[in-house]
This record gives sequence, structure tokens and C-alpha cells, in this order.
Amino acid sequence: MGMNSATEGFLTTRLDDIAGWARKNSLWPMPMGISCCAIEMMSFAGPRYDVARFGSEAFRFSPRQSDLMIVAGTVTYKMSHVVRKIYDQMPDPKWVIAMGACTSTGGMYRSYSVVQGIDLFVPVDVYVAGCPPRPDNLLKGLMEIQKKIERGEKPGQREKIYIEEHA
Amino acid sequence: MKDTVVEKLTARFSESIEFINEYRGELTVVLKKKAIVDVCRFLHDDDELHFDSLRDLLGADYYRPDDRYEVVYNLFSLKNKFRLRLKVRIDESDLHVLSVTSVWSGANWQEREAYDMFGIVFDDHPDLRRMYMPEEFEHHPLRKDFPLMGIPGSLALPRK
Repeated sequence: MGMNSATEGFLTTRLDDIAGWARKNSLWPMPMGISCCAIEMMSFAGPRYDVARFGSEAFRFSPRQSDLMIVAGTVTYKMSHVVRKIYDQMPDPKWVIAMGACTSTGGMYRSYSVVQGIDLFVPVDVYVAGCPPRPDNLLKGLMEIQKKIERGEKPGQREKIYIEEHA
Repeated sequence: MKDTVVEKLTARFSESIEFINEYRGELTVVLKKKAIVDVCRFLHDDDELHFDSLRDLLGADYYRPDDRYEVVYNLFSLKNKFRLRLKVRIDESDLHVLSVTSVWSGANWQEREAYDMFGIVFDDHPDLRRMYMPEEFEHHPLRKDFPLMGIPGSLALPRK
């Protein structure tokens, strides 16, 4: 992080660095749990996988208090307007994880009613593969977002991250 | 129970019944569509038959030149533990059929679903709106001539 420790009891750093350090360790997720992936997302938040280790245990059910949207489930055209509205209500900087096959690509629902990937209407930072992904993979996705913040990236900037199923 | 149902129906509605079919213990009565509410009202109110439960109501598209659509009513009598299936055939030229919400109010959403998916119009329905698709959608997706991936541009996505 580039902090210079000092024996006099203070340290110097850049404001961006310290703000980024604070942000990356307190990502408050908006649980956009739409279908079965949400069950794995709950497990990811629960004691076994324990996302509190990464400072993201405070799931906020209000978009105004969250800065990471985890879209977990099949997004239909009808639901897409809701997802977009919630994304619009989140304060900047905001991040999006597309969790699972349906969210990323439409998955097995190759059908008139299902949006074939949420990146058609919302910018996505990390895609997590799996049907559903294991909670560890979602943790990996969260850690990738943390790395992005640490590197000082802005949401939607740089390349997308794809977490493979057996990562 | 089966004989009683058939007897009572043929005695009262002989000219409204197209045919009666029994297959693997399942009794199906195909009706003329004008009679559907009267028959349902009778089956529901009759003290002996007492078909108090409409277990399911659904539309079907057989994609044939005549009588393309069907509406299927699965009835159940809790008192007699007996199931009965009614069918009504609907031609493409006239997609109207009378609603049975006056008999079983539970038919409300199921008729809305059949309207949404097949475009079958249930007359006298209290609130015939689409069930699943957005209100401004113009097609009926479970029809056999509707493409699986939908019609491009028919469903709006939010602005990116």
C-alpha cells in the first residue's frame, strides 16, 4: 500500500491509498438474489465460508448503503428493469459481480424471457462461473474486486475478470 | 363414482358434450365451449358430485387447422376423492371462452396465465391482464408459432 511507517507514532500515505484500503475491506454487498445462486450466496455469507473475514458480512438490503451488487440468479427481461434501477440507486464507486451461468450468459435458459447475460444492461466487473458457483469461487470473485480497488481501478475500467469453475 | 358423473352429465347436458373418454382411469369430458360455465356450475353445486376444487386450468396449442387451442380444467371432489377433466376446444377464428371465475374464484390467475401465454380471451373475467409477461408485450409466447428466442425488440431492456 506504500505506507511509510514511522517510529514517532504516525505514518504518511496517499489519500487515495488509504481510502482504497478502507473501501476494499468494507465492501457492503447488495444481495441481488434472484434464484438458486442466492442459496450459495447465503452460504458465502454464513459462518462456514465466512465473508466477514473480508469485511463484507454487512449485506445491505438497501442499495443506497451498498457498493457491491452480487447478481445471483436468472435475470428475466421483466426483472432486468428492477436490477438496473437498484444499480442506479447505489452510490459510486459501485461494483458488480455476475454470479453463475444464468447471470453471466443466460445459462441453460436459452429462451425468450431470459436476458442472455446481464452485461447487456449493467456493467459487470467480475464473472463467476458455475451452476451454481461454489461459495469459494464467489469469495475469489470478491477478492478480485478487492484487488481492483487496491490497484486504484474505477468500476468498469480495465479488463473483466472471469473466475473459472475450478479456480 | 365414475358412472354417477357420466350419468348425471349425459342426463343434463347431452347436447353440450362432444364426447367422453376414459384412459387409464382418467375421465375426460370434451364440451362445447358455450356450455362450460353451466356444466362447471352444476358439477360444483350438485350435492352428490361436489366438485369443490379446481385443481388446475391450462391452455394448450395443438397447432392444427381446426380447433387449434384447448382449455383444460382439472377438477377434484374432496368429498368423493374423485378427479374429472373437462376440455373445451377453441378455434383460431374465435378465441373467446367464458370465464369460470364465478364458479371457482381460484381460476382468476390461471385464466390470466392462459390468456398471457396463448391469447385465449376469457369473457366475464374480473381482471384479465397478463400474468407473466410485461403489459406492453404484444405476443403470446407459448403458441407453437412463437420463436423460442423471442421476437427481437419485443421486450425492452433498460438503457445501459
